[in-house]
Amino acid sequence: MPQFDLTRLLLGRLSWESIPYHEPIVLATFAMVVMGGLAMVGALTYFRVWGTLWRDWITSIDHKKIGIMYMILGLVMLMRGFADALMMRAQQAMAFGDNAGFLPPHHYDQIFTAHGVIMIFFVAMPLITGLMNYVVPLQIGARDVAFPFLNNFSFWMTAFGGGLTMVSLFVGEFARTGWLAYPPLSGILASPDVGVDYYIWSLQIAGVGTLLSGVNLLATIVKMRAPGMSLMKMPIFTWTALCTNVLIVAAFPVLTAVLGMLSMDRMLGTHFFTNDMGGNAMMYVNLIWIWGHPEVYILILPAFGIFSEVVATFSSKRLFGYTSMVYATVVITILSYLVWLHHFFTMGSGASVNSFFGITTMIISIPTGAKIFNWLFTMYRGRIRFELPMMWTIAFMITFVIGGMTGVLLAVPAADFVLHNSLFLIAHFHNVIIGGVLFGLFAGINFWFPKAFGYKLDDFWGKCSFWFWVVGFYLAFMPLYVLGLMGVTRRVSRFEDPSLQIWFIIAAFGAFLVMLGIASMLMQFFVSYRNREALRDVTGDPWGGRTLEWSTSSPPPDYNFAFTPQVYDNDSWADMKAAGYRRPRTGFMPIHMPKNTGAGFVIAALSALVGFALVWQIWLIAGLAMAAMIAAVIVHTFNYKRDYFIPATEVTRTEDVRTRLLDAHA
Amino acid sequence: MISSLARRLLLALPVLLLSACNTVVMKPSGDIAAQQANLIVVATALMLLIIVPVIALIILFAWRYRKNNTTAIYTPDWDHSTRLELVIWGAPLLIIIALGLITWISTHVLDPYRPLQRLDAARPIPMDTKPLIVEVVALDWKWLFIYPEQGIATVNELVVPVDVPVRFKITASTVMNSFFIPALAGQIYAMPGMQTSLNAVINKAGTYDGFSANYSGAGFSDMRFKFHGKDQAGFDAWVKSVKAGTVNGAGALAGNGALDRATYLELEKPSERVAVHRYSSVDGELYGAILNRCVVSGTACMNETMMADAHANHHAGAAEKSTKPAMSAESVTDSIRTTPSLPVKKVSNAPI
Repeated sequence: MPQFDLTRLLLGRLSWESIPYHEPIVLATFAMVVMGGLAMVGALTYFRVWGTLWRDWITSIDHKKIGIMYMILGLVMLMRGFADALMMRAQQAMAFGDNAGFLPPHHYDQIFTAHGVIMIFFVAMPLITGLMNYVVPLQIGARDVAFPFLNNFSFWMTAFGGGLTMVSLFVGEFARTGWLAYPPLSGILASPDVGVDYYIWSLQIAGVGTLLSGVNLLATIVKMRAPGMSLMKMPIFTWTALCTNVLIVAAFPVLTAVLGMLSMDRMLGTHFFTNDMGGNAMMYVNLIWIWGHPEVYILILPAFGIFSEVVATFSSKRLFGYTSMVYATVVITILSYLVWLHHFFTMGSGASVNSFFGITTMIISIPTGAKIFNWLFTMYRGRIRFELPMMWTIAFMITFVIGGMTGVLLAVPAADFVLHNSLFLIAHFHNVIIGGVLFGLFAGINFWFPKAFGYKLDDFWGKCSFWFWVVGFYLAFMPLYVLGLMGVTRRVSRFEDPSLQIWFIIAAFGAFLVMLGIASMLMQFFVSYRNREALRDVTGDPWGGRTLEWSTSSPPPDYNFAFTPQVYDNDSWADMKAAGYRRPRTGFMPIHMPKNTGAGFVIAALSALVGFALVWQIWLIAGLAMAAMIAAVIVHTFNYKRDYFIPATEVTRTEDVRTRLLDAHA
Repeated sequence: MISSLARRLLLALPVLLLSACNTVVMKPSGDIAAQQANLIVVATALMLLIIVPVIALIILFAWRYRKNNTTAIYTPDWDHSTRLELVIWGAPLLIIIALGLITWISTHVLDPYRPLQRLDAARPIPMDTKPLIVEVVALDWKWLFIYPEQGIATVNELVVPVDVPVRFKITASTVMNSFFIPALAGQIYAMPGMQTSLNAVINKAGTYDGFSANYSGAGFSDMRFKFHGKDQAGFDAWVKSVKAGTVNGAGALAGNGALDRATYLELEKPSERVAVHRYSSVDGELYGAILNRCVVSGTACMNETMMADAHANHHAGAAEKSTKPAMSAESVTDSIRTTPSLPVKKVSNAPI
């Protein structure tokens, strides 16, 4: 008879051994996090903002606040992901010959896995989702998203998924498998510890958030556009958001399913991806890339949308080739499902299969190229203002075509056989993800920050950030192209050939410059907040914007628009301005709005507890938390106080303040 | 004039930069890798035809249409030109058509499964040449090379004769690795329960680096070996010395014993930074047993299980025409792939 074991019941496989207090790097980080956390708690208590934090932010279903929270989450996780990157760069610059560097494989392998997972799932995704959340409803003249509660819930699922990844740093360990956790390495035989379980449950929880937010934005764009805004009058950013959310809704269930099967292999002894009993690891590789390739377009399409808005606005000109831009976006969306095999040409497929996927991949470069030309001809005969968003856009255009070129090169199967898994590949995808997605996000942040907060971001620190990032990027990744051609592959923690070292040192210096870029960006936020009165924009339209979000105040009122605008053109705000639009000053009516609720936070927190308990196999707690989560969902369905009306008097009062402000500065 | 000069400079720049360091991928010593390097150059040149003008135009337009340049034409409402649209979709399309053709042809010519057609650009393969067979097994974390025709095996050392086609059959014991010798040819994955294949030839005698290109766990960074190209006489002498257990040269060798199942099971256990081992004889059925995951006595071989399943399906569903086994073809050994209805050759499971 099995002995009843209380410790096992309450703690599963969690024990003091699981706390990595013997690792000085982790310990120091933990100390910093604890001190930072205590300082934060102290500050919140001192300034008495716990109440407002809960009422106005955590429980908020306002798409604007949720958007801002997504951005904060993404920026915080950027620090973590970048700290991992710095450690890798330092290790690779040091570890030559007899010098083993400062990271043993056990630690180094977790770092590169965590770096990839965090940067894609908890930096790029929240930042992209945050911008879409903030901007899309404003661009289409809506008052919120289609399902405001779901939006809050999605955010907290993403945040708690990220949180679970962070917990793995201090309790147990993270996966040592690479960011896609290919079996058999991620199977129970090769990875019996909790690392892969943390990976699985973090992504499962965050994945629910991403999928639901995709459904939400899709419904919002399809159903809630202002009258007159036909599909072909939608702003390009909204178009790219539409396509991205189509991709999310179609791709993320595949990720959920494949991770579900992997966890069944690990926990229940099934044989989907095992070596024996009829399992086949290549099915995992196929499935994960059927999600994984659309995923990169999920990230880049909204960035393309941002550049389209920025180029048109700062060239003071209509976007060139709106229609072909839309079709290019749609073509990319469809083709992104037909290229997944190019991630594993070297796994033994036949020549015809490899050629097919190579050529479909190249075909994607045609609509992408068309987009680059469209931005180019938007600049042509424009009046270009080199404000920060435009600077990021120019840097993007030059950087991205280089990354695109190396990407097409990797799509030639016979060339991929020598470049696959090499640092050339690493250089390529950082070239398009940093040069494309991140530069786009920085352009977007600088562009829409005044809309969200009512003042512009500081120019000086913004320019510092820009130059550090751009120069740092080139120094950090161009050497990796060279190293790839020298036959150096990824995920190696120490080297023999001393002639490689100089390139790694240059790359490490590049990473250091990027660090200064990130520091400058934080400084930019701080300085801008301090000088907010000097940087204040009262018009709501600081850049000469062209789309509806610039027609309302900065920051917009809770209800976004006092009256739903009527749309006649794809540059509707530019069109309204040209037609001599006058803002209505009277006749306001009560506005129907959704009400805040804590249910999303509670359910997401409980799901994180379920995840944590499953990682450590604390079945009792997993079961209880699961039951509590279901109970919370049921309780929430009985909450009938979900909406309220903003009275006409309050709308009038808010709008009158803006009227006076506009008149005073007229 | 200036722009064409700039273009030439830009084209030359990467070439200059790369010639400064030891880029083995671009300057390999085997014919397959050399063709792959050429392909990289051709594809890059083709793409630069469009990339360079685009970058030049970005900089030119950004400068020319800056806000302060009020002499430049400003057309705020110009947003369409059918002629331009044709160019911006057509030009990339033409390049991709050319590149697509190159892709289709090169992928078939350089297919790692395809037997070699030439020794190098100048020499076709002599009529009676038979390729040397090497069976490669990626272990945790070292490489096992079995020479079935010579009846020898090595760990972390690969020796082949120069200008003789080599056919590698590749598998793995537990996790995925990738078999990569940049000087010789592109990589191919080594996966447990599956066999991949690589045909290649080394044209210059010498010692080159080989390693796993796909992360496989803790010992991955040291999963490296030396690849030696020797002339035929040198290769024959090496084989002879391995057989005789008298390899000359430095390095204490852990006895050139026999590689049988028991030795293999010992070798298979995870280990890092493993020194070169040589075995003077090898169990002829060992590789098949590794591939079919039945080295341990008493375990059923995958190919037998699949054959049994296929037969069962065949008899159960006589009405149905399909007799395909459920697994992908790669998992099945060659004999089954070519002659599915013949009785399977029995792989001995007797304890050794």
